[in-house]
Amino acid sequence: MISPVFHALLSHWWRNRLQLFTLLAGLAMATALWSGVQAVNAEARASYATAAATLDEGQFGRFVHRDGAVIDLAQFVALRRGGWRVSPIIEADIQGVRFIGFEPLTAPEGLGPFAGDLLSQTEDMFGAQDQIFASVETLSGLTDLDQVGKVQVQGIAGGLVYADIAVVQSLTGREGEIDFLVIDHTQPIMQTPLAQIAPELMRQRVQEGADIKALTDSFHLNLTAFGLLAFAVGIFIVNGAIGLAFEQRRAMTRTLRALGVPLRHLLIAIVIELFVLALIAGSVGVVLGYGVASLLLPDVAATLGGLYGADVPGELQLHPMWWLSALCIAVVGTAIAAGGALWQLYRMPLLAGAQPRAQEMAARRRAQVLGFASFALLCLAAVLAMTAQSLIMGFVMLSALLIGAALALPIILSKLLAFCETRARAVTLQWFWADTRQQLPGLSLALMALLLAMAANIGVTTMVSSFRLTFVGFLDQRLTSELYVSTDTAAQAEELQRYAPENGAVVLPIFTETTPVLGQPVEVMGVRDHETFRTNWVFLDAVDDPWTAIAQTPGVLINEQFARRMGLAIGQELEIVGEPFTIAGIYGDYGNPIGQALIGERPFTTLFPDVRARRFGLRLDPADVTRFRAALRNDVGIPDANMINQAGIKDLSLAIFDRTFTVTGALNVLTLAVAGFAMLMSLLTLASMRLPQLAPAWAVGLTRRQLGQYEILRAMVLAVLTVLCAVPLGLALAWVLLEVVNVAAFGWRLPIYLFPLDYLKLALLALCAAALAAAWPARRLARTPPADLLKVFSNER
Amino acid sequence: MSVRWILLCCLLWASAAQAQGFAGLGTQADDFAQPQPGYTFQFPDDHGAHPDYRIEWWYLTANMTDANGVSYGLQWTLFRSALAPQEGEGWRSPQLWMGHAAVTTPTAHYVAERRARGGIGQAGVRAAPFSAWIDEWQMTSDADDLNRLRLTASDMAFAYDMRLSAQAPLIFHGDAGYSVKSQSGQASYYYAQPFYDLAGTLTLPEGEVGVTGQAWLDREWSSQPLGADQKGWDWFSLSFESGDKLMGFQLRQTDGQVYTAATWITQDGETETFADGAFSAQATHMHQVAGRDVPTQWQIRLADKGVDVSVTALNSDAWMATSVPYWEGPIRVSGSHEGVGYLEMTGYE
Repeated sequence: MISPVFHALLSHWWRNRLQLFTLLAGLAMATALWSGVQAVNAEARASYATAAATLDEGQFGRFVHRDGAVIDLAQFVALRRGGWRVSPIIEADIQGVRFIGFEPLTAPEGLGPFAGDLLSQTEDMFGAQDQIFASVETLSGLTDLDQVGKVQVQGIAGGLVYADIAVVQSLTGREGEIDFLVIDHTQPIMQTPLAQIAPELMRQRVQEGADIKALTDSFHLNLTAFGLLAFAVGIFIVNGAIGLAFEQRRAMTRTLRALGVPLRHLLIAIVIELFVLALIAGSVGVVLGYGVASLLLPDVAATLGGLYGADVPGELQLHPMWWLSALCIAVVGTAIAAGGALWQLYRMPLLAGAQPRAQEMAARRRAQVLGFASFALLCLAAVLAMTAQSLIMGFVMLSALLIGAALALPIILSKLLAFCETRARAVTLQWFWADTRQQLPGLSLALMALLLAMAANIGVTTMVSSFRLTFVGFLDQRLTSELYVSTDTAAQAEELQRYAPENGAVVLPIFTETTPVLGQPVEVMGVRDHETFRTNWVFLDAVDDPWTAIAQTPGVLINEQFARRMGLAIGQELEIVGEPFTIAGIYGDYGNPIGQALIGERPFTTLFPDVRARRFGLRLDPADVTRFRAALRNDVGIPDANMINQAGIKDLSLAIFDRTFTVTGALNVLTLAVAGFAMLMSLLTLASMRLPQLAPAWAVGLTRRQLGQYEILRAMVLAVLTVLCAVPLGLALAWVLLEVVNVAAFGWRLPIYLFPLDYLKLALLALCAAALAAAWPARRLARTPPADLLKVFSNER
Repeated sequence: MSVRWILLCCLLWASAAQAQGFAGLGTQADDFAQPQPGYTFQFPDDHGAHPDYRIEWWYLTANMTDANGVSYGLQWTLFRSALAPQEGEGWRSPQLWMGHAAVTTPTAHYVAERRARGGIGQAGVRAAPFSAWIDEWQMTSDADDLNRLRLTASDMAFAYDMRLSAQAPLIFHGDAGYSVKSQSGQASYYYAQPFYDLAGTLTLPEGEVGVTGQAWLDREWSSQPLGADQKGWDWFSLSFESGDKLMGFQLRQTDGQVYTAATWITQDGETETFADGAFSAQATHMHQVAGRDVPTQWQIRLADKGVDVSVTALNSDAWMATSVPYWEGPIRVSGSHEGVGYLEMTGYE
């Protein structure tokens, strides 16, 4: 019995190939969106973890030779014997691969890719043959290294080889040489001062990379959020596609059942059919998703590569898990969507299946349930907005908000349309509004998808743009001087302060001293009153002229972390080393774990008479930086490692951010395209079913062309209304991302900036998508042979 | 105390698995020198390292009190483990070194570990004038003997600086320093200086504490690991108020049997050795530390000397969370004899 039922089901698709295409394409696109974003996300996560692990020596401070010379063995041993827990590293470039030679017995925990205790994981190092450790890909690229054993280690980034220091020394013919010493986080309480043991060495603080960590984390969070949103959009689209497939075949199922097909057989046949379709569409979706991911991945890889300076593989690897999860999404999404429809089919009276009125009645009952669910979810979101502290709660709130809003959409739209209907005077308009409202149930899933896509785009765009703006401001205020110089001795500092002004640079000394304020360790900084700061610093909150306040009256500027932790506000008094200061401003200080307080140069020297400035910002002609740097090296004797050209850092950071934008922008277009496609499918389906409703309008005088125009107008009106709903939802989403999720994740709040132009652009994009989606069905309608319209009146329904 | 080499075997030797050497210098185990009976010790040379033997240590423990009568324990150990029976220059030396330092108070236990390669000078032992060191930790003498030592170690949370002076000559365990460890004849060279008076400063998180007390140094080297059926040991060094001392240990076998040995040391440095079975140690209380049950109270008997004492840990949490974890800490002795001592236990899973 099932076989003929199958034939009947399939014959429907055969006769309506376009419908089959829309179903498969909808499912495939949803799968593609989901799996594409997931793939980018997973790949970024893996690369990010690898890169972070690989360069973890960056988390340790270093001793380097002042002149950039190599460190010899005797200096290392002298430091160890003086109580310094340091470990030697030698680096080399062999066949374009970075070799890191380290010493497993003294290496601090967490160095390199060997998490935990190094020794136990590198026991092969003590084998009979010299060994090197790298990933499979890196090893396979290394030819002509037959004298060493090659050991595969998971988790070492591409282009990187680890080996015992003696092995790397041998391979490079640099016996006994050490490039630098990494300094363990923990040090004994008894140490001989560095100046006594190895005055020719200097300490380099933890690398800049650690400061950028906040940025990479945020980038990562951004992708995670997008993955979640893409999932929500995808599920709605799958739901829509399946729901429509059922709608389209109501008449046929009625006929089949009337012919005596048992309900059970019909259901089984439909389940098998859907399963097969889901698998086909899922597979296509995976391939599409792969395409999406490989288009986006180079940007992600470049972003991470830029952040870490590490070689992150830019090629996508197809993991079996990835295939599997994408297929699961297609099948599970189909099952969820079909579950409701199958249940309806099961419950529906034998012959009621094809009546639109029955559908609308059912839809109305469903609307009540969904309305209630929506209300509950939105209440949950509101409660969480006030209480959520953790990242998980933040994401729960995000989900509740999105789903609640999506479910509320048909209700809101219905009310709006009803309102418009009462306002309409002209008969045609009244018909237009009423007809639009009648179509709402059939279109609501597509509109929900559009709402979510649009809201997600607004939310993520706001988050990324706000972050960029804040970060750029932060960079601008922090990296104002063209050159930053640290000096090693007081004499050198004095020489610099004499030399630089004579040669056309403005010297801005940076005084710092860490001291307890309100029981917290706070880095107190003294700054010279200079135009540089006045023009560049942006405050979260400040008095009118904060720089004059700290230069003249005893004012203090504090960072956000400290203000937040201590509950401090503008105008309050703060005691530093017994002296009262009035808080004149609070500034963002992203990624810095400890409190910071800025005071004027004069109060600083009064409070800390012994502290001399050792670091200096130099303002000079940007074109002159390279020459000036060389002059400082030659004339003042400042080692290159002590000078930082901040333009380079700034450019790098901004380039990274702009890549993030490329990814976000591409995803914006993609999600809207998918949502537009969902609308197209819905409209196409409805178009064929709507002839009975349109025929009377045509009969009373509306031309087919007008009917077509009304179709486009209807789609546009619905899209406009949806977009209007999406703007506040998107902003709410941005608020959750920035104020709840970001705070939970990183401990600091990002100010929200609004970008109306971007939203307008997104809205236009969404309307374009809607118009494009409506164009084809409208065109078909405008070209419907009058005979077909007439048939409506002759056929008995 | 030969059992201690399991520590090294586990860490550096056994963990090097099939490794028969380091950085290409490996050889078969048979190439290591083996202890022989009738050996004549040559001092000061034998205070130094014996790179042709596989394992060796300089193991010092001390019981101390401060001016208020509070008791403390201290440990300073330097282990040497060879992957090949020779010394080599630079990073490719097959000699590996490991240091353990600990301070035990009635309420806290501080542990530190250091590791180093031989051949580069980061760790080593020089016979004359005597000096043993790893990083900044040192045990040094200004003479060619071990009679007067300065002992230092430090870490994040503690440091100590002690001066030791020997009150009696060295003593030799087993047969004139040839100490048999098992029924199958495994043995080591084993001598000790259990008669140090000690004074110095402990630096603890609470501040500096002046202490005085007694210390015990063990010197041992060999090339043979224990049998595969020996899963751990309990080692006791007891200093009685009478001035006599007792070193005894039991090796726990997987079949539930134990192998014991003991040396009775009079206050003048006369020794008497006891073969398997004479010495007995019975656990009377188990304590949970680091997720394991470890006996921290014992009943110790050596009938031949009328010893029947109960031994209690000063701090039951004296767990050594080092590369190979074990329990080592000061003990109090009461019963037929009163006194203090040190207890080491391994192989409690």
